[in-house]
Amino acid sequence: MNAPVATLPAAKDFKSDTKPVWCPGCGDYGVLTSLARALADLGFRREEVAIVSGIGCSSRMPAYTNCYGFHGVHGRALAVATGLKVSRPDLTVIAAGGDGDGYSIGGNHFLHACRRNVDLTYIVMDNHVYGMTKGQSSPTTEPDWDNALTPGGTGLRPFQPLVIALASGANFVARAFSGDIIGTADIIAKAVKSRGFSFVEILSPCVTFRPEQRDWKELARPSPVAPTDDPARAARRIMTDDGFNIGVLYAGDRKPYQPEIGRARRSLQDLAEEFAR
Amino acid sequence: MTSAARTKASPGVSVAMTGSGGSGVMTAGNMLLEAAALAGCYGLMSRTSGPQIRGGEAAALIRLAGEPIEGHDDRFDLVISIDWLNLERFAAEIPLDSKSIAIGDPGQGEPPAAMLGPVTRRLALPMKALAKKIPGGRANMIALGYVGSLIGLPEDALAEAVRRTLGAEGDRLTASLAGIEAGRLAAAGVDCPHRLAPRRSDGAKRWLITGNEAAGYGALKGGVRFVAAYPITPATEMLEWMSPALSGLGGVLVQAEDELASINMVIGASYGGTPALTATSGPGFALMTESLGLAVAAEVPIVVVDVMRSGPSTGIPTKSEQADLNIALYGVHGDAPHVVVAPNSVADCLTTTHWAVHLAESMQVPVVVLSDQSMGQTRMLIDAPRDKDFIGERAVAAANGQDYKRYALTPSGVSPMAIPGTPSLMYTADGLEHSERGTPSSQARDHLAQLDKRERKLRSADFGLHWAEIEGEGEIAVLTWGSCTGPVREAIARARTDGVAVKLVSLRLLSPSYPDRLAAALEGVKRVLVVEQTHSGQFYRYLRAEHALNAELRAMHRPGPLPMRPGDIHRELVEWSRP
Repeated sequence: MNAPVATLPAAKDFKSDTKPVWCPGCGDYGVLTSLARALADLGFRREEVAIVSGIGCSSRMPAYTNCYGFHGVHGRALAVATGLKVSRPDLTVIAAGGDGDGYSIGGNHFLHACRRNVDLTYIVMDNHVYGMTKGQSSPTTEPDWDNALTPGGTGLRPFQPLVIALASGANFVARAFSGDIIGTADIIAKAVKSRGFSFVEILSPCVTFRPEQRDWKELARPSPVAPTDDPARAARRIMTDDGFNIGVLYAGDRKPYQPEIGRARRSLQDLAEEFAR
Repeated sequence: MTSAARTKASPGVSVAMTGSGGSGVMTAGNMLLEAAALAGCYGLMSRTSGPQIRGGEAAALIRLAGEPIEGHDDRFDLVISIDWLNLERFAAEIPLDSKSIAIGDPGQGEPPAAMLGPVTRRLALPMKALAKKIPGGRANMIALGYVGSLIGLPEDALAEAVRRTLGAEGDRLTASLAGIEAGRLAAAGVDCPHRLAPRRSDGAKRWLITGNEAAGYGALKGGVRFVAAYPITPATEMLEWMSPALSGLGGVLVQAEDELASINMVIGASYGGTPALTATSGPGFALMTESLGLAVAAEVPIVVVDVMRSGPSTGIPTKSEQADLNIALYGVHGDAPHVVVAPNSVADCLTTTHWAVHLAESMQVPVVVLSDQSMGQTRMLIDAPRDKDFIGERAVAAANGQDYKRYALTPSGVSPMAIPGTPSLMYTADGLEHSERGTPSSQARDHLAQLDKRERKLRSADFGLHWAEIEGEGEIAVLTWGSCTGPVREAIARARTDGVAVKLVSLRLLSPSYPDRLAAALEGVKRVLVVEQTHSGQFYRYLRAEHALNAELRAMHRPGPLPMRPGDIHRELVEWSRP
């Protein structure tokens, strides 16, 4: 006799019917599909997952899923996600956003989220440009990329998110490419399953302001080596590759930050006693 | 005659204990307060110190009385200095007059003339020399025994206070008890007109608590179980008290990387269903204002306690001011209805913060609690707070509802909130303007509907009786808020002894304004003195902007760092009452 089996949602059920604001050809469509697929593969119910974001094209992600979502202010997704996860460890919390949101205005939170190692997954769709404000340099933009706000380019060295994540204590570090739906879904699933702070940098082309990024599909390739649990080795690999090695690059086993909550050992009355005279 | 009137209306004894950092004046001051508690008295102590992190000069400012008191007097009866280091820095904070007595150690050289100018009576107490005779003895205990004896605190109360503070610390306890005894003997035969009339307690319980601790306790009473915050003077002690308390109650305090993170962590926790709070001071509050707007738009209940200090910018971190009123009321961009409340005493920090949690939860809005340094860091003996039951909890959407609309347009403006984890109610909370369902929208009709909804939540709310403290009757009223209320109340009591009847109206609810209630409270009042601790008259301007005040108005506004003194307010009232 078969026990009744509750039907788990399929990948398509994780997508909402809200039409994305993204341009045709945007890499973020692929990420949305991969994310939905990963959540279905992991066997989640939609209400068990919360997707938190800040501001930017890719930060529109929560409304395009059918999970619980939070679309906050620019740069603060990780802080919202941290508060949510620490107070509700039963939920699966995923923060998502772009390179400007995560590495520039939210840069400080990125460092400290890696340090704190709360059991979150952070997906950054990196397209090396501010798309929503129509094409300015982001922290990962090449120094000589010409644009109206910084003519001739910023002249600044690009931010190195993966190395910085490693140095700051992220427990899982991976690079993905939005054009590879199945591969990205697999990496996201691994990141969600990994306990602690999991950081997934997804190369997600902006075909509108960086049409040359269409070439990324030719450049992206699976990382030639297996993941390491040695952060120094992982850092050396990342600093010496050309930025297109795809896969899990580091997987550690650092204990996540999760204070025990929900079990009261004292009452308000007990607390009042210290004041009584 | 004036002296008699002053004594009658200005209860208790005021003592300043000063010394260089590490001389133990704070410890001695706390013990004096504990002893007053044991003797059934009321009292308070505030601390003041130089800018040094450690060391430097420090003063414990203490006032003890047989009846409830809420702030410092205009002057000090006794100043006792273990040494004279940089004492002149405190000249403005420790006003002395011809009736004050200055006690100093002759072995520490000459006192600063600028400080003790008006003082005619000086007593010599060789604190260091007396302490040296006791193994492990310290000058602060000599000072404590001496002062305690001069003002008439019972000997056993002092000893018991020392015992309670030091607990089982054997050698130190023995030395301290010997120290206060030596101080007491040195005071024998010294005549002191500034004496407490201690009375045994009527059995009613007292609490010894700071405003910061009281606010923390009130928040927990309101149900807060998540706090995220960044250290900042003078709010840190509230957080340090809350951290272990929360963990005992099954909650958590997270130290955030900055205030931008604190408020967003708190928003995240509250979105997840846990009542949440952050506490900060002006500079941190300024950083939080963008996300305060997010909590308004996404309708996430949170409480933000701003323990105000002097501003702008870094200002004077250790001194009080009420000048964050404007940013609390108007600092959020866009039309962003939110609640601003203010406790008006150390004890009320508990009740009003408790209230704030309920307001936030029941209206799904951010609530700003404007406390300040003077309430936050003053330790005070208060009557044990009575239990208040504030009604109002978060409206939570039931599971498995159909066609859930997170931002549904309801008559009250409050719409049931789905808590993540609840099946079939998934929605995205959004700082973008949105439809009833929460979908981002830039449509004029959605914007107007949601603006109206958010405004309606506040305008249709009944804030009950706690919105203001209204006392007495009179053709003159003082309209004030926050920590100015204590000195105002004392000034009104003094005016009464001069035959001038004055009504007190102290507003706790600052936003939304409650013009009809205020008009009713001021019915029949012909003159209104507005008292606040700002340079620019922020409260006065706010009153003018939001209320039709049918009375002659006079504004009394002064910046920090000096506290508002009852005497100044009293003078103003008496002058103004003359025909």
